[in-house]
Amino acid sequence: MKKITEKLLEGLLTLSGMVSALTVLLIVFFLFREGIGLFGKSPTEEGFTIAVHQSNPVQSLTAEQVKHIFDQKITRWETVGGNTDSIILFRLDDLFNYFPEEELIGIDTSNALLAQKIDAIIARTPGILAYIPQLDMTAATQSRLIKTEDINIFSFLSGREWFPTSTPIAQFGVLPLLLGTLWVSFIAILIALPFGLATAIYMAEVANPKIRGMLKPVIELLAGIPSVVYGFFGLIVLVPMVQKLFNLPVGETGLTGSMVLAIMALPTIITVAEDALRSTPRSLKEASLALGASHWQTIYRVMIPHASSGITAAVILGIGRAVGETMAVLMVTGNAAVIPHSALEPMRTIPATIAAELGEAAKGSLHYDALFALGCILFLITLTINITVAYISKKRKRNRLR
Amino acid sequence: MIHQRTKKKITQAIAFNLFRVLSAILVLILVAILSFILVRGIAVVNWEFISAMPKEGMTQGGILPALVGTLCLVAGSMLFAFPVGVMSGIYMNEFVKDNWFKRFIKLMTDNLAGVPSIVFGLFGMSLFVNTLGFGDSILAGSLTLGLLALPVIIRTTEESLKTVDKSYREGSYALGATKIQTIRRVVLPMALPNILTGFILSIGRVSGETAPILFTVAAYFLPKLPSGIFDQVMALPYHLYVLSTSGTDMEASRSMAYGTALVLIVLVLLLNMIAHYTRSALNKKLK
Repeated sequence: MKKITEKLLEGLLTLSGMVSALTVLLIVFFLFREGIGLFGKSPTEEGFTIAVHQSNPVQSLTAEQVKHIFDQKITRWETVGGNTDSIILFRLDDLFNYFPEEELIGIDTSNALLAQKIDAIIARTPGILAYIPQLDMTAATQSRLIKTEDINIFSFLSGREWFPTSTPIAQFGVLPLLLGTLWVSFIAILIALPFGLATAIYMAEVANPKIRGMLKPVIELLAGIPSVVYGFFGLIVLVPMVQKLFNLPVGETGLTGSMVLAIMALPTIITVAEDALRSTPRSLKEASLALGASHWQTIYRVMIPHASSGITAAVILGIGRAVGETMAVLMVTGNAAVIPHSALEPMRTIPATIAAELGEAAKGSLHYDALFALGCILFLITLTINITVAYISKKRKRNRLR
Repeated sequence: MIHQRTKKKITQAIAFNLFRVLSAILVLILVAILSFILVRGIAVVNWEFISAMPKEGMTQGGILPALVGTLCLVAGSMLFAFPVGVMSGIYMNEFVKDNWFKRFIKLMTDNLAGVPSIVFGLFGMSLFVNTLGFGDSILAGSLTLGLLALPVIIRTTEESLKTVDKSYREGSYALGATKIQTIRRVVLPMALPNILTGFILSIGRVSGETAPILFTVAAYFLPKLPSGIFDQVMALPYHLYVLSTSGTDMEASRSMAYGTALVLIVLVLLLNMIAHYTRSALNKKLK
């Protein structure tokens, strides 16, 4: 009896041991299952299509081109590889501009009359781009349906615009969000690094045990403060400060986000870097001091080079923290999904986008899938970071044993 | 020669003082954040604030449902994550041999610890809310938060088991105890203070997380207390987010936001202090 319970317990322990690995695999499965749904689909509104005149040489358009045409940023067919005609936009509502109302009595999106009328309009305007419901156009002689490029990984990663719900065509370009994330994180690390390194060196070498004993809880507390509280602090204190300091129209900028993230990444950087510095062998330190080097020279010339891989790990982990942080960034960076040109512009990061938009995205819609695809990117970034850090620390261990 | 030596001394003095100043700035930042919220929040927090429902579009009244919601989520997530995490830690430290399998699980645990909280939110929404059909509920939110806390608990358990000296295990085996008996009667009690510290700190972490609960449980405004595990609840961190960014009247709800932030911070401070106290008290007792 006793043996059976022990076996049972052992089995339970083994099962629990697998939980973390299983969770990671499940995360990968569910994230990618939803995220993959984005690709291979048309970004046009469901049930709609685009038609042009038979003689138009343009065969297909990218989502970005279509959007620019509708925004009237592109007004000539030349720009997209066609002839010199200027583009004439046609939407269903425009029908009444072409025909007197009595001719349109009884028309509806499902009947053949509509297809006929649209075909007639297209026939007499060679430069037309008609955005119409999917109709039975087999009878049409003068119009040709045009293909919009389906969403693929390449267009997703290199697209420069993120308008997931815009009509007639949604834009899923991740570039502004990716760049926003990287900008905000890197500036955060640039701010945090001098503070982090200095504090790490101070705690490992300079401070007496009493002061160190006081600094340690301060750092633990900084790590423990919830990210919304940082966001709240940033919103109320840092946002107006940045606005005043740089004389900006709004204080919610990438820099503000970086400042908040820098504070949040500090505990990670300090703890890891301090551990790395402390792992310097005593003999190395003493040898340096015996050669007449000062304490600072020993730190600078012996300990920091020895701990350099650990410090690198600290920086990378700090970046990982910053890249994945959601709430604080969402609250202070202004969330403009445009490709950033300076740190003083509003920016939008990947996690903030997910947090802000998932609530409005209907389950199963392209938008929903796109947000999961963003989650996949985020997951891959942090996975790379973790594996890099694991690799660095493994190498460190091996070097130390040698 | 002498000139060089003074130069050396001066550089060192400059460097060390710079470090002192930068470290002091760090402390100042913490003090600034804490005192800022304390000073503004203390005027708002009173018994009514803690025990009343929010009123008048969340500009008056209290934060009771959010407080209760957070407590529910903490309890739910720990009910799941603590036993599983501790067992996982025991398995990792006591049962697995040092081979590729252990390294794989360790790497996975580290990866799980590095997964951003918003990704946990996505995952929880996809698995618990949609696939398993829990809906936006305490159950879904607790499980999501539990998974988030898991790596921390596994790691602290593992670390604290490592500190138990081998001789105790061998002594127990020599007396004829089985492995499970040894773990239960000898190893676990000795590692308990540190395991508990990890437990308390992860409570702090879980109670402040917002991103994982956004799409799994959190309600914008729900002035009633939950009656079951399939109910939606408000939660303190999300409430603070709502109050400070999207309240109906932001100026009027600002003071409520300060109060909520103060309650959150006090919660975390308290948990940190309890963690330190347990560690030192139980360690003393064991000696």
